[in-house]
Amino acid sequence: MSRNDTTQEWPLWEVFVRPKAGLDHKHCGSLHAPDAPMALQLAREVYTRRQEGCSIWVVPSSQITASDPGDKDMYFDPMEDKVYRHPTFYVLPEAVDHM
Amino acid sequence: MYTQAMDTAPKEERKAVRSLEEAELERRFDAKIDEGGFIEAKDWMPEHYRKTLVRQISQHAHSEIVGMLPEANWVTRAPTLKRKTILLAKIQDEAGHGLYLYSAAETLGTSRDELLAALHSGKAKYSSIFNYPTLTWADVGVIGWLVDGAAIMNQVPLTRCSYAPYARAMVRICREESFHQRQGFDALNVMMREGTPEQRAMVQDATNRWWWPSLMMFGPPDGESVHGAQSARWGIKRISNDDLRQKFIDATVEQAKVLGVSLPDPDLKWNEARGHHDFGPIDWSEFWRVVGGDGPCNRERLGARVKAWDDGAWVREAALAHARKQATAKEAA
Repeated sequence: MSRNDTTQEWPLWEVFVRPKAGLDHKHCGSLHAPDAPMALQLAREVYTRRQEGCSIWVVPSSQITASDPGDKDMYFDPMEDKVYRHPTFYVLPEAVDHM
Repeated sequence: MYTQAMDTAPKEERKAVRSLEEAELERRFDAKIDEGGFIEAKDWMPEHYRKTLVRQISQHAHSEIVGMLPEANWVTRAPTLKRKTILLAKIQDEAGHGLYLYSAAETLGTSRDELLAALHSGKAKYSSIFNYPTLTWADVGVIGWLVDGAAIMNQVPLTRCSYAPYARAMVRICREESFHQRQGFDALNVMMREGTPEQRAMVQDATNRWWWPSLMMFGPPDGESVHGAQSARWGIKRISNDDLRQKFIDATVEQAKVLGVSLPDPDLKWNEARGHHDFGPIDWSEFWRVVGGDGPCNRERLGARVKAWDDGAWVREAALAHARKQATAKEAA
């Protein structure tokens, strides 16, 4: 096997860990594994050696669709001037301001 | 730990001619760095920034992996079951640190196998400190205290590195590295407090042998550092080699006193005017010799890595073949 033959490289997986019950799973890194059960096993060894989690998701990296950083302005800037979407936009009488 | 070797690769020339568009992208990139912003994997970055990071992060990863070898020498000979479990946990951490870092390097577009091939062919470097032998049990303690101590000094500023995947890996590593240093000091402290005269002499001998190589871990003096200025401009390296080295020496002198060992440098003394310890000259010819491949254990270390990789080839292939077979069977069902 040639050392640079990437078809022989184990596929890449993204790892998501739930730190404790009640919290969301959070992306914490990636790893190489031949299949899903091995990816889970390796994720446990690599990312939860000190009880950092109580649940793990693994997803093949190739299955993730991400927004293009080049489109960042076009994508996210339109929300910048929609201040009326925030509760702080509304000035209410003091008596009811804590609603 | 261990990023010193970034300073030892040949200097690469930057392209003189750039397109207008590229110049604009670079201007924006520079502005982001100046604001203290982070660069993510898919963001535009200058080719030279990318190369510098691949080199530095992969050298760092290789160092974590090769760094397991000197410690592994003592797993079967640790003095108690407690020390053995601690050592195993530490070595497992080093493997984990290597994996976090390889993942960070891969985000820059170089495959894991390419990175490993560069290590195995001798093209990529790893920290020169791991080319020294671990002769006694005290060496394991001194590696924790001095080598991991120097590593932490080096690594903490990297948690603020401009390349975000590297910075995130470093946050995780720094959190775990503190255990490495403390367990080392604790192991030595027990030998000094409760040990025999021979055991105390062993701690002193190990300290003597590891002191100077530990100081070399911070890399060449600032004046001779090949990549220092550019890396500082790009927010990759936040504190200079010499400043970090001084900080390490100042911290370690006090720790040596508590432990009850001397440091092997007759010129080491407090300088009131500078507010730092003065220290004797470092033998940089030794450093360059070891980096160049001629240290006490270079061949042994690299040989062990290549053998482990080659011997494991059938396992990697079998696991992949099994996975493909399962996937095909599932599709057919």
